[in-house]
Amino acid sequence: MAKITMTVNGRQVSGQCHDRTLLVHFIRENLGLTGTHVGCDTSQCGACVVHMDGMSIKSCSTLAAQAAGSEITTIEGLAANGELHPVQAAFKANHGLQCGFCTPGMVMTAVDMIRRHGGQLDEATVRAELEGNICRCTGYHNIVKAILAASAEMGGARVAAE
Amino acid sequence: MYETHYHRASSIQDAVKLKQAAGEGKYLAGGMTLIPTMKQRLAAPTDLIDLRHVSEMRGIKVTGKTVRIAAATTHFEVASSAELAAVCPAICGLASHIGDPHVRHMGTIGGSLANNDPAADYPSAMLALDATIVTDRREIAAGDFFTGLFETALEDGELVTAITFEAPAKAAYQKFANPASRYAMAGVFVARRDNGDVRVAVTGAGSSGVFRHKGMETALSSNWSPDALANVPVDASDLLSDIHADATYRANLVKVMAKRAVAAA
Repeated sequence: MAKITMTVNGRQVSGQCHDRTLLVHFIRENLGLTGTHVGCDTSQCGACVVHMDGMSIKSCSTLAAQAAGSEITTIEGLAANGELHPVQAAFKANHGLQCGFCTPGMVMTAVDMIRRHGGQLDEATVRAELEGNICRCTGYHNIVKAILAASAEMGGARVAAE
Repeated sequence: MYETHYHRASSIQDAVKLKQAAGEGKYLAGGMTLIPTMKQRLAAPTDLIDLRHVSEMRGIKVTGKTVRIAAATTHFEVASSAELAAVCPAICGLASHIGDPHVRHMGTIGGSLANNDPAADYPSAMLALDATIVTDRREIAAGDFFTGLFETALEDGELVTAITFEAPAKAAYQKFANPASRYAMAGVFVARRDNGDVRVAVTGAGSSGVFRHKGMETALSSNWSPDALANVPVDASDLLSDIHADATYRANLVKVMAKRAVAAA
């Protein structure tokens, strides 16, 4: 057992865990943040996606020890002051979820995708970027719609700010 | 996952020392193959030596046509390097289609090469670009590095620290990805030098891993066009057969991917 310290959703946290403990288990069990899901356990489904130092990663394929000292953002860290993040709001408005199990990973992936593409996304790019996220309910259609809507809104907000 | 001991290396020297001191240790780069394998209990290293924080193992340097990619550089960094795209866009394109975005944020070129998965993309680029694999103790030509399925010329404890190559005049990579895993069922990297030398390297299809196709190289040396490959035979007897594609189907894919690569270069 070792003591691991990292910043999660802006707060410095620490906890005792084994060297083999996966980041997703540290987040869920040590920190009680159960929004991040374990879907497949074989590194394919993307339900566990969080951001480490600003980049989307699979927390089921990363050790908590690897993340020590880093800045982690989970789905719980997106909404600010009781307001949904634009991507969360777009998933709600476009019915981008059914059972909701994959949704935390989808939303974290979408936020990362929109950031990297600077709000310039088209449908083909969104579908290609969703390679690592599996949804068994929606057929992806409304997820893609939600991401495009959020991207347009966030891109527009950036232009307005400039 | 079995119990293991985590160590964070601060330099190449430190990493090699930690590995020497470990029992059955393994270097951990992005972990995009190693950790899933450990989760399935197919690997059980006693120690993991994390390379992500070794700054001398990160980054891309382009000097004229000479390219140096440090081994712990991620696929995302290779895919999005403007400097690299200016001299060898083919390798950026290759990196941009490895796995998925999350894998590309963690997975590294050195990790991919040291693992030498027969369906990995990078080995074909190294072979076709006549790259040099730099380790903590020597330099190994790509042609001598890949020795079989998941086998390389690396000695026990030897650490890949960088790769170097001269940017070619033209190059391209095309793969037919497995619809589920996205690994190459056949991937072909073609490269042509300023002096007219051509290399064609095939991944995903060979029963002994990545290989060069001399017949296609000869045909393309005299005529750099997809049509030049029309009558070049691809022998299916040394190719992989599995539930996804048998050897004759893969042989056809190799030809088609090679033609597409030449057309795209």
